[in-house]
Amino acid sequence: MLILYFASLRERVGYGEETLDVPTDIVTIADLARWLSTRSEGHSEALANTAAIRVARDQVHVDFDAPVEGAREIAFFPPVTGG
Amino acid sequence: MAATPSVSVQAEAFDTGAEVAALAAGRTDIGAVVSFTGLVRDLTGDLEAMTLEHYPGMTERELTAIAEDACKRWPLDGVRVIHRHGRLTPGDPIVLVVTASAHRRAAFEAADFLMDYLKTRAPFWKKESHRNTAGGWVEAKAEDDTDAARWEKGKKVQK
Repeated sequence: MLILYFASLRERVGYGEETLDVPTDIVTIADLARWLSTRSEGHSEALANTAAIRVARDQVHVDFDAPVEGAREIAFFPPVTGG
Repeated sequence: MAATPSVSVQAEAFDTGAEVAALAAGRTDIGAVVSFTGLVRDLTGDLEAMTLEHYPGMTERELTAIAEDACKRWPLDGVRVIHRHGRLTPGDPIVLVVTASAHRRAAFEAADFLMDYLKTRAPFWKKESHRNTAGGWVEAKAEDDTDAARWEKGKKVQK
């Protein structure tokens, strides 16, 4: 599964994307964020405050309780600031 | 007939006048064209540049979804949205929304709605670099969420 990070999260993680085999016991995006946090100090910092993180599943905004199964890509990013 | 929105995400500058003219070109049923142009603003004199990161793929998809939503809410004859990414400097145009309708109210309201939704849903992130102070990522504003929430209550803005 393709995992993407943008903006300040990308900087903390150290790169913008990684392709990972996600364990089958990871059910929700909240589970996925917890699992990713264990990958490095940067991941842990980037994903610590989930209240300040937004997520997209296959390029559609979703909440942290959305399922991981069947997704092609999941993106983590701060609240958007375009316009 | 419902309009088919046209959406672009690009590094290049855009020509507001040309986009406005294009939306109404060859039509005689359009009575109102409203355009909003957002510019890179420097209120302190310290902004050197603003760099916009985005999520290629999702950005286009989300802008199209927002524009299609506007077409469902108002009787629009045309919608054009352009959002730039990359490095911009103060005074540069950054975003354009153009709406066309038979009636001005629909065009005004739809443009306002598009900007509110775009600011809270389109995956763009601004990073500022300053001349004399530390720059950094721009924080999202709570008022952008309250602005967007205005459109949840009903289809039209209350007086």
